[in-house]
Amino acid sequence: MQKLKLKHLLAIRWFHWINFPLLFVMIWSGLLIYWAYPVYTIASIPFVPQWLFTFLGVPQRLGEGMALHFFFMWFFLINGLLYVAYTLISGEWRLLVPRSFSAFRDAWDVALYDLHLKKVLPPQSKYNAAQQISYTAIIVMGAGSILTGLAIYKPAQLSWLAALFGGYATARFIHFGLTIGYLVFFVVHVGQVILAGWNNFRSMVIGYELVKEND
Amino acid sequence: MINRHPEIALPEAELRRVLSAKTRRGFLTGGLAALAAFGGYEFVTSSAKDRYVPWPQRKVLDFNAKLAHGYLSDDHLMPTFPASAIGNLKPNGAYGLDEDVSETDKNLQLDAGTGQPLPLHLSDVQALPKVEMITNFCCIEGWNNVAHWGGARFSDFTRKYFPPGRALPQYVFMSTPDEEYFVSLDMKSAMHPQTLLAYEQNGKPLLPEHGAPLRLVIPVKYGIKNIKRIGLIRYTDTKPADYWANFGYDWFAGL
Repeated sequence: MQKLKLKHLLAIRWFHWINFPLLFVMIWSGLLIYWAYPVYTIASIPFVPQWLFTFLGVPQRLGEGMALHFFFMWFFLINGLLYVAYTLISGEWRLLVPRSFSAFRDAWDVALYDLHLKKVLPPQSKYNAAQQISYTAIIVMGAGSILTGLAIYKPAQLSWLAALFGGYATARFIHFGLTIGYLVFFVVHVGQVILAGWNNFRSMVIGYELVKEND
Repeated sequence: MINRHPEIALPEAELRRVLSAKTRRGFLTGGLAALAAFGGYEFVTSSAKDRYVPWPQRKVLDFNAKLAHGYLSDDHLMPTFPASAIGNLKPNGAYGLDEDVSETDKNLQLDAGTGQPLPLHLSDVQALPKVEMITNFCCIEGWNNVAHWGGARFSDFTRKYFPPGRALPQYVFMSTPDEEYFVSLDMKSAMHPQTLLAYEQNGKPLLPEHGAPLRLVIPVKYGIKNIKRIGLIRYTDTKPADYWANFGYDWFAGL
């Protein structure tokens, strides 16, 4: 026998799906801005190659990118704040935040299990330790993007904030690094969702998941 | 305690029916939300332009500028650096710098809106208290460089040459002698203590590519507002044109 269980609360589903396009508009407009000074390299190879800019139609759109970035930043910020406030008030944070340091060891075991290097999963509640760490880290990263973003947006009026991140140039580097972090998160997240299957994905849309009667 | 994760236990067939109804409703709502998101993005990016930017974005940019202008304070300073931090400032943008410097040297005009532009000379600026400053120069492109400037505070300049007894207008407009490049500034940013009419860089007279003989250094704004080779300074209450704002860049451009 199976039953339906409410896995994802309505508000959290909305926050999640609103954040998804917002984050991509922020990354896209960020790329329009980054084009004007694309300095970051790996072993002196540009991190974003010129052909990619051209392929995506990015060149010469700095002004447009800044206007978009400073328009959508509000929605990104407000959605993020509402999500955090909601998880705190509803108590959902208890499921999302790792509660002890053993979470890191458990997360390692989860990763090994996912890579088929280990046969048993550590005991878990709604989210496993790897999920708890990722979903908490992504919120911390969001806060980091907002703060480093403010530091490079207003380096004179908020010079203390820029100083906190090691100065203007360093704050810009962190801001960029966090964006790469989101892209990595996105790839792993989508991969995991595909592996977890339809029942799991559907629960992020309708809220309910089919589970076994004794679960 | 409230159960935030309720369950629905029903006979198999009934359960399937509930599930497919929920699925239909959920994905229909999702589809409509996605359509609304696309429509919203179209609205935000394709609406009629107001001052070179689609108007919904313009509204928010104006709001951002109002917030930034409200927060702007003479006490919020761009950090200053020791001499060892001075970098090699790249000359960027040569608009309005075509003429020979010696030609423009005698060309500084002050227009206080009295209908009688006042011809000034570089020495009139040099007569004011000299300020030296090592600050970060931030280009709107994203790069920054610590630079060493010498000049007079624009606030000192205004107190000396703006007609006494008249209220200070809202804006300042500055242009190159040939009027090819021009900027407009809110008065609060212009009167900020770090805003200089600079005639020296690294202790020497400005180089032509850095705006000789006289340029604006305004660390509370992006580089685009730091106009080189000033030919005209105009005080006005009508918001003046701005070179890069005409290309859809943020007019306030405050840091």
